[in-house]
Amino acid sequence: MVRFAHAQSRLLNTDGIIVNLIALKMLFGDRGKFVGMVLGLTFAALVMTQQPSIFIGLMTRTYAAIGDVPIADVWVMDPGVQYVEENKPLRDTDLARVRGVAGVAWAVPLYKGIINAKLPDGQTKSIILTGLDDATLIGGPPALIEGRLADLHRADAIIIDREAAENRLRYVGPDGEERSLAIGDEIEINDNRATVVGIGVSTRDFILVPKAFTTYSRAIDFAPPQRRQLTYVLTKGQDGEHPGTLARRIEAQTGLKALTSAEFEQLTLDYWMTNTGIPINFGVSVLLGFLVGAAVAGQSFFNFVRENLVHYAVLKAMGLRGGVLVRMVLLQALIVGGIGYWIGVGLTALFGTFMRDTVLAFRMPPALLAFAGVGVLVIVLLSALLAIRAVLRMDPAVVFRG
Amino acid sequence: MSALPAARAADAAAPAVRCRELTKSFTGAGATVHALRGIDLDVPRGGMTMLVGPSGCGKTTLISVIAGILTPDGGECVVLGTELSTLHGQRLLDFRGRSIGFIFQQFHLVPTLTVIENVTIPLIINGTPTPRARAAAAEIIAEVGLGDRGRELPGVLSGGEQQRVAIARALVHSPALVVCDEPTSALDHESGQMIMALLRRFVSLRQATIIIVTHDDRILPFADRIARMDDGRIVGIDTEATAGGQR
Repeated sequence: MVRFAHAQSRLLNTDGIIVNLIALKMLFGDRGKFVGMVLGLTFAALVMTQQPSIFIGLMTRTYAAIGDVPIADVWVMDPGVQYVEENKPLRDTDLARVRGVAGVAWAVPLYKGIINAKLPDGQTKSIILTGLDDATLIGGPPALIEGRLADLHRADAIIIDREAAENRLRYVGPDGEERSLAIGDEIEINDNRATVVGIGVSTRDFILVPKAFTTYSRAIDFAPPQRRQLTYVLTKGQDGEHPGTLARRIEAQTGLKALTSAEFEQLTLDYWMTNTGIPINFGVSVLLGFLVGAAVAGQSFFNFVRENLVHYAVLKAMGLRGGVLVRMVLLQALIVGGIGYWIGVGLTALFGTFMRDTVLAFRMPPALLAFAGVGVLVIVLLSALLAIRAVLRMDPAVVFRG
Repeated sequence: MSALPAARAADAAAPAVRCRELTKSFTGAGATVHALRGIDLDVPRGGMTMLVGPSGCGKTTLISVIAGILTPDGGECVVLGTELSTLHGQRLLDFRGRSIGFIFQQFHLVPTLTVIENVTIPLIINGTPTPRARAAAAEIIAEVGLGDRGRELPGVLSGGEQQRVAIARALVHSPALVVCDEPTSALDHESGQMIMALLRRFVSLRQATIIIVTHDDRILPFADRIARMDDGRIVGIDTEATAGGQR
């Protein structure tokens, strides 16, 4: 008896590999079911990564304008501002008040506003005009593919975002040909002449309104007259000054809202998350993908085990322990889950690669891989549990039934 | 010093299977079926015993109890000197794995494993190292006449060939008792006769005890003993003198 107990314990060690191989051969041998199970899990993993990747990409775009100004430690704004595109102007004197706060190395004004622009062919479009500090030009596009930022000092100068120039601000030239807005083209912004002096590249944002940049003073000239025009004060702390500490100090001394870049991004994200149906829509997609994947893969796996039940019963009749049978089923479930997961994630990554630099938002952070991994694991473990229950509850006498 | 050989002699003389007042009932859909109603049966060591009787008379239930995969409601079942009711869990699995071979009507070979892999299973379960298990499996596969088919899947074999693989699987670990459920009913006459001849040969060579449940009258001549069952009881035993003559 000791010899056989020893033998059984060895099944869990070196010879257990053989039992595992038997389990895998049972799995791979039934190709139809195997493919069905893998497809179900691939679909689940694909939906659980692709849809959230688009969602995360989309949500990331809501605060793209903040990330495009990495030099600023703290954004100072009206206390009522809820997201970066919201224009609740400050008084011009607020700039000086912020500059007066201890620990501020510099503070510059930034204007943001949606203004009508008339293209050379007479079309009228709404644009987001960003006015940069005249002296430093802080807050401009992260990169320029044509022209220089300093060209904004020329008369009537504006820089147009490439995406806008090539798509939403295309116009029909005098020759009847449609063309992109280019350097040298003149447009009217709120009935003021503006000349394109550069094409910039900024991160795609969420609201997809064409972006243009000019100096702060010119932006004020272009904008409709208002008592208050200053949208943000961009601030940099002195060396060693923690942005969060500086922000709290500015708030305390000015009564304005002061947020670090990360805080402002979170505020903007929270606004879109709580005030739109986007998270619910994507959440429903992910949930449906999970449920469909779980149903397809779970049922396929359960059917696979059920159809092999007689073989498990034979193995049990021959003396194989229930624990080893459980391990066989778990191994089969994990292998199917692993293959389905990696194919699904791979397809999502491929999708993301093809969608790079397109209008479609896509971002797949590592945490999403873990999320999908847990999702697939839940599916395979649930179906394995059902299958294991069937294996453990089977009547071993089934082996004698024709 | 003389007690040990005497005990061994007594052990050898004891029947392979000894059932007394064995009962088993099944309850389902509001009705109770008494499958075994007090079975008394001795199956001597070595030789081939067949259990015959009409459908539903309790034959399959009886071999399931003898094989240790069904627990009787009452009575006593001593198999190879061990009272089965004293074995539970791991000990019962060990006993089955070591001492009993199984042959089924539908063969029950794992379709995705090759012939040789199917045959190694009982050895693997008993902890035989893989190289030795494969060598032993190859040897017995050759003995059943399928030496060149070891790498094939069961699906490409004929019914008779699959049953030969099942016989090899049942005997590869040299069990003292082999239980067979309708081993020829899924085969044509010729294949059935060949399978029975093979089983007879192994009975002689390996001195195993074989219990066969069958409806197939054509194989009765292979039996050393025939136990006739009806309505959950043994109603008659045909011994060697009356049973058959193809041994």
